[in-house]
Amino acid sequence: MKEFVEGSHAIAEIITKTNPGVISAYPITPQTHIVEDLAQMVANGELKSQFVNVESEHSAASVVLGASATGVRVYTATSSQGLFYMQEVVFNIAGMRLPVIMTCANRAISAPINIWNDQQDSISLRDAGWIQIYAEDNQEAVDFHLIAYRLGEDKRVMLPVMVCMDGFILTHGMETVDMPEQDKVNKFLPAYKPLYKLDPANPISMGLLADPDYYMETRFAIQETMKQSIDYLSEISAEFKSVFGRDYKDLLVEEYQTKDAEKVIVAMGSVCGTIKEVIDEQRSKGKKVGLLRIISYRPFPYARVYEALKDVPKVAVLDKAVSLGAYAPIAVEIKAAFYGKKKGPKVISSFVAGLGGRDITLESIGEVLRRLNTKEVNSDFIDLKPELLKEEYGE
Amino acid sequence: MENNPLFRPGHTACAGCGQAIAARLVVEASGVNTIIANSTGCLEVFTTKYPDTAWGVPWIHSLFENSSAVASGVEAALKYLGKKDLINVIAQGGDGGTGDIGLQALSGMLERGHDILYVCYDNEAYMNTGVQRSGLTPFDTNTTTSPQGVQSTGNIRPKKPVPEICAAHGIPYVATASTGFPQDITRKVKKALSIKGPKYIQIHVPCPLGWRYETEQMIAVAKLAVETGLYPLFEFENGVIANRKQITPKPVEEYLKTQGRFKHLLGNPEEVKKIQAVADSNILKYNLKAA
Repeated sequence: MKEFVEGSHAIAEIITKTNPGVISAYPITPQTHIVEDLAQMVANGELKSQFVNVESEHSAASVVLGASATGVRVYTATSSQGLFYMQEVVFNIAGMRLPVIMTCANRAISAPINIWNDQQDSISLRDAGWIQIYAEDNQEAVDFHLIAYRLGEDKRVMLPVMVCMDGFILTHGMETVDMPEQDKVNKFLPAYKPLYKLDPANPISMGLLADPDYYMETRFAIQETMKQSIDYLSEISAEFKSVFGRDYKDLLVEEYQTKDAEKVIVAMGSVCGTIKEVIDEQRSKGKKVGLLRIISYRPFPYARVYEALKDVPKVAVLDKAVSLGAYAPIAVEIKAAFYGKKKGPKVISSFVAGLGGRDITLESIGEVLRRLNTKEVNSDFIDLKPELLKEEYGE
Repeated sequence: MENNPLFRPGHTACAGCGQAIAARLVVEASGVNTIIANSTGCLEVFTTKYPDTAWGVPWIHSLFENSSAVASGVEAALKYLGKKDLINVIAQGGDGGTGDIGLQALSGMLERGHDILYVCYDNEAYMNTGVQRSGLTPFDTNTTTSPQGVQSTGNIRPKKPVPEICAAHGIPYVATASTGFPQDITRKVKKALSIKGPKYIQIHVPCPLGWRYETEQMIAVAKLAVETGLYPLFEFENGVIANRKQITPKPVEEYLKTQGRFKHLLGNPEEVKKIQAVADSNILKYNLKAA
């Protein structure tokens, strides 16, 4: 059913349809509307979940960890500092192979404090053992939550999944969303049946100490599952299409006008909508430009990226995050995808834009394409204000 | 119980460890229908080194400071499943995991009114990492981070009053207990579990490594802490003191001289006087003196 709704409300609605047993969250902008709406749905009796209001994000993540270990479907949402405060638990959840589903309303990291969008928060937790998928619009954000539960709870996977959606741009944006109907949700996403759970009828111990004789294999196992999840994403995407009609292909990347392109921008999240507009405009003038949108950041689809870009002469990677003192995060992955390969772009330039919510405009994207020439650049910042950089500090 | 012990032998606790005995008493008092969330610490390490476990009930360890929150999630899930009335949920940890790094999560658990018993095994320092002082280390204790020296007589601060902090939340039941009085532990755990809502029990558990006593003296040492007034045993019900163990107070030296961690004080009457003042204050505050 088509609805014109705020992104956060759409997420709350789809989470309600997944019937989580326990929801726990701590308020942080711009995640708040999602959990406020869920709290209201519980208050209205539309949702039977236990809604646990905690005193911190660390506890929010710990509550869903404990509930998931007890064998129920769980949900949490956070953003920025909240995700960082959870970080210890975030790694723990993956290590314990618990299929916790989280929405990350992407937001910049302090200092300076800034509530607006970039992707530094979730990208900084890339090594945690969570599957991370990034939505371009609110339809995807809604659909990806169903896919996240389906994938995370799959017995072959048993990993947490983070659905990343750009803060404010998507969470507070009003869009038309085709909201999945309950009967179709039930068909696509069966009730959660845990592999193991805390149950006095069959007492087990969870979270044991693993010494050097045992620790490495736990990490290896997650790494293997991550690699296999590349295929599971395609498989689940096909099932999703058969139930809901929307086709996300392999759910790893989206190729937009890349086939004959001479210049391709690689990006992730809502900025891809703006990039597509620039591409349409430039294509109408005969310029061969395209977009490769990364959907799955963990696992990272190196083989798909290679296939999509191997014949493209010039690639611009646009990051909405930085790795201070190193190449930008997505750029590192794209370069790695071509290391030691015979084919590949002559130039892979890396650009950083939109940090702390600075608008990435049509002009910003035009500037990226202008700067993408024969000289490779790394972490080239777009839309800097030179007058601010001139400020001097004291003695 | 004999054939299916809830806390099995073969774990790797030190000889003379008070915590191992107290933990066994707690789980046996609670019974088979129990789920435990355990903080990182000695108890976690010596009972669950993969692939072994000492626990005969479902047991989960996540991190150092979050056992209260993990237990909250377990309890919420049981409520959702309609099983809460059938299963006791216990969160447990050491004094550091409870009163220092885990205090915020504990307060959250108490304030939200979860039906959980929190048990703090108080051995008065970070023993698992090598006897560093915690907020619950007593005044003048010699630990590896509050060492005795020319400029120091040990830990400079008094013990953090975690039971009183819990009682101030207005929860239905708070108690202190001691490994020196095992039946009292069992009674208090059973009483706590008969009450719905958040409960807190803090058990004084001697540590041979950190306190430096002869292992066979463990029970005697624990008893002396109570009998000198240094570790008062009491029960709070709904924020108000309801019961205490009355004593005929012994001088604190009798307790101090049993342990290496207080050895530096024995030739120092000034400092012993200060510790006697702590005991006297407890005796007055909790009305411990037997008539």
